[in-house]
Amino acid sequence: MIPEIGHFALILALCVAVVQGILPIYGAAVGNSALMAVAKPAARGQFLLVLTAFCCLGYAFAEKDFSVLYVAATSNSQLPLHYRLAAIWGAHEGSLLLWTFILSLWMFAVTLFSAHLPDATRSRILGVMGLVSVGFLLFMLTVSNPFERLIPAALDGRDLNPLLQDPGMVIHPPMLYMGYVGFSVAFAFAIAALLGGNLDAAWARWSRPWTTVAWCFLTVGIAMGSGWAYYELGWGGWWFWDPVENASFMPWLAGTALVHSLAVTDKRGGFKVWTVLLAIMAFSLSLLGTFLVRSGVLTSVHAFATDPKRGLFILAFLAVVIGGSLALYAWRAPRVGLGGSFAMVSREGMLLANNVLLVAAMGSVLLGTLYPLFLDALDLGKISVGPPYFDSVFVPLMVPAIFLMGIGPLAQWKKASLPDLAKRLQWAFGVSVVTALALPVVMRNWTPLLSLGLLLAIWIVTTAVVTLRERLTHVNGNTLVERLASVPKSYWGMLVAHCGIAVFIVGVTMVKGFETEKDVRMNVGETATIGDYTFRFDGAQDVVGPNYTAARGTFSVSRDGRETTVLYPEKRRYTVQNQVMTEAAIDPGLLRDLYVSLGEPLNEGAWSVRLYHKPFVDWIWGGCFIMALGGVLAISDRRYRIAWRRQEPAVPASTRTARRKVA
Amino acid sequence: MKRLILIALLLSGPAWAGEARPLADDPAAEARLKHLAVELRCLVCQNQTLADSNAPLAEDLRREVREMIAKDMSDKEIIDFLVARYGDFVLYRPPLKATTTLLWVGPFVLLMIGATALIMTLRRRAHQVVDVPVTDEEHRRVEQLLAEGGKRS
Amino acid sequence: MNRFLLPLSIFIVVVIFLGVGLKLNPREIPSPLVGKVAPDFSQPQLYDPAKVFSPADLKGKVWLLNFWASWCSGCRTEHPVLMELAKSGEVPIYGMDYKDQHDEAMTWLKRWGNPYPVVGVDDAGRVGINYGVYGVPETYVIDKQGVIRYKQIGPLDPDTVAKKILPLVKQLESQ
Repeated sequence: MIPEIGHFALILALCVAVVQGILPIYGAAVGNSALMAVAKPAARGQFLLVLTAFCCLGYAFAEKDFSVLYVAATSNSQLPLHYRLAAIWGAHEGSLLLWTFILSLWMFAVTLFSAHLPDATRSRILGVMGLVSVGFLLFMLTVSNPFERLIPAALDGRDLNPLLQDPGMVIHPPMLYMGYVGFSVAFAFAIAALLGGNLDAAWARWSRPWTTVAWCFLTVGIAMGSGWAYYELGWGGWWFWDPVENASFMPWLAGTALVHSLAVTDKRGGFKVWTVLLAIMAFSLSLLGTFLVRSGVLTSVHAFATDPKRGLFILAFLAVVIGGSLALYAWRAPRVGLGGSFAMVSREGMLLANNVLLVAAMGSVLLGTLYPLFLDALDLGKISVGPPYFDSVFVPLMVPAIFLMGIGPLAQWKKASLPDLAKRLQWAFGVSVVTALALPVVMRNWTPLLSLGLLLAIWIVTTAVVTLRERLTHVNGNTLVERLASVPKSYWGMLVAHCGIAVFIVGVTMVKGFETEKDVRMNVGETATIGDYTFRFDGAQDVVGPNYTAARGTFSVSRDGRETTVLYPEKRRYTVQNQVMTEAAIDPGLLRDLYVSLGEPLNEGAWSVRLYHKPFVDWIWGGCFIMALGGVLAISDRRYRIAWRRQEPAVPASTRTARRKVA
Repeated sequence: MKRLILIALLLSGPAWAGEARPLADDPAAEARLKHLAVELRCLVCQNQTLADSNAPLAEDLRREVREMIAKDMSDKEIIDFLVARYGDFVLYRPPLKATTTLLWVGPFVLLMIGATALIMTLRRRAHQVVDVPVTDEEHRRVEQLLAEGGKRS
Repeated sequence: MNRFLLPLSIFIVVVIFLGVGLKLNPREIPSPLVGKVAPDFSQPQLYDPAKVFSPADLKGKVWLLNFWASWCSGCRTEHPVLMELAKSGEVPIYGMDYKDQHDEAMTWLKRWGNPYPVVGVDDAGRVGINYGVYGVPETYVIDKQGVIRYKQIGPLDPDTVAKKILPLVKQLESQ
């Protein structure tokens, strides 16, 4: 019964979405306020319906209703409750429901925080989001129904993929989807502005906080996915340039470019056409990612089970949504005004140059991801494009971007002078170069890449210090604290986010330069030393988990004779799928991670063991969280808060209609 | 005194304590294997390197590579051996040839196009734009719009 | 041309490729060995380990080399097709038991039938590596000169046999 309610709620949601996608947009086009007024209740209604469906599926999982095909396929009676709930997005159908649910959540948020928007704009935004929702609901109801019954019911479920039975997996997909789908708001704003022909500074101001929020979620989502790969896959890597990883990284790159481009459109009215295109691109790439993950056109560790019918559906949907918006763009963009003038050397110019670099980087990732497919489609052979390729093209594109990142915030709007900038940045540059050259020598492992990485990281930090110092001379306040407090939050946000990149770069550089690993054969009582730490293997015991049995090794770690920690890596066998998983044990630390994973049991209680010493590895994810924190600071700025604080004014409907007519 | 005995016990006693042996007989060869294997693709896996995969075929291929290393074959010879059998698909670093030229130069062509387009657009723009940027007046209007919210008429 | 049409044009090209991509199987890797001389080997025979099976014995014949194993589920799927083909007598299928247990392989053939005149044993998977086998079953068509003419990855089905294998065999026979 409950699953049928969920299914029915989805059907109703589809009907509402169709109404929401058509009437308000039409209403906005003909100036009919009654039709436009449909948008808000429709969006809220749709949210409630999809929420209902989502809860129904959650209930089916909680109650172990194995007469639902999806529940039977992705969970098991032995699976703990929190993983059963996370199993909602453990496979294709349910994760699609999560997508749709988050889309309706964003729509709901738009209805809450859009009181300040002109009615026509708000109607168009919600209408566009409604249309996107139509596609996803239709997709679910036709070829990916999560509520499909299994008759007769299975006695027990086939269990959730053991790889996904991990706390990181409980929150990683929702975060990631909040980011992906969050770009739909910026997209809807852009399409609404193109439809209405009012691409102006106000449009940029409105889009900015939404874009930044989505960007923060995406940043955190990607970081969590990478962290999950690091500790769950058991080989200590954190990024593999896998098609699915790239699918999340491309919208991030486009989104990062968008965040910066919006800043210029907001402040100076420039780049409107470009900003709109980026907004379309960021969301289009999110949709493309969905296609790549679910259609089976590329092989990936993370891809969902595939079905060509599904692939065809998403492709058609992709063609309509993206093709339609790009056609609209081609039609409307030529009429958009140019905005303020500026010289090539100016903050605008540098932001644009950075945009070009970010988009070129995004294009390269896209090229590398799809190239095997291109060749195969043209029957020119099969190739693999992997980390060596991406590393060698991505780094050269990012180096100038990061260099510019240091200069940009110091350059004046409209026109800046290079000699002046050089003078202001000379000590930052000097300090960076000297430290970057000296540090690796001190650490006794000089490589060009190590120095380059450190150079970039220190450059970001030193230029941020210069920027802040200059800024402090321009703000009011007698004491330093007062002056620090009067620097706008959005400015802090930028500095913090940039420093997050520096932290990230330090992490990547140090891990690449100094990580050590050892594959050893350890008898009980034997020790192995890696990076000043001595690991003593104290044997392995059998343990029994809720839905697995495992061998758990005990490793006492000591440094200079003092015990640091005890680590318990496991080798688990998940009984239902009979799958063996390596659960690495990690002792995280600010300056290093110690990582132990069990290989295979050898004779007489001995095990093959892999040990890693990974200096600064947590800085990689720390950097991402700092970036997201910067984004949060930026949106907490007073200028944006206005948009967030203001609620629907309590004005009778009649006067509102009257006002609209005046407007 | 007690402590001395303890130390003596610790030093002499546990015969089992010792440094663990590396898994590989020849750590130098193993390092070279690893260096090679991280750029090679495991054929049966979804998308994993030969170094990371536990698939039986990956193990066989690692054994094969180990033997070639033991025979003192060069990296190129080893890679050629694999390419002759499985094609370019095994290489995570696609070789530069006619069909992959676009792949390798693409990113930099993209950058060039982007940079040229940027410079040209900015030049053209400089001629077209009469400086009517977002004025302070307009900024105030935006602020006002935002601040007034629904009360605007 | 309107430069604002550029993004749309790029997108259309990408969509076309993605559409074509839907029909392709990314897991199927064409073999560079097609058109090259089949790698030599001499492996013990399954039924008589004292005897040796080598492609040199088959010079002047068109034949199929089928890599299989008792643990491989795809082999079970294609087995009736092989039996049918062997019965038709159109082309001999030589087997290569890939990374298998001797007894299990014997039981398997006893149970499901033996389409092979001779079965070689590739215990360590070395012949497999030389032939670029990456997943069993895999089947090679080898001509009179001992050159590989075709490689089937995955189970053979009646359709492939009728439309690809047999016409190719006929053509090779007539050469």
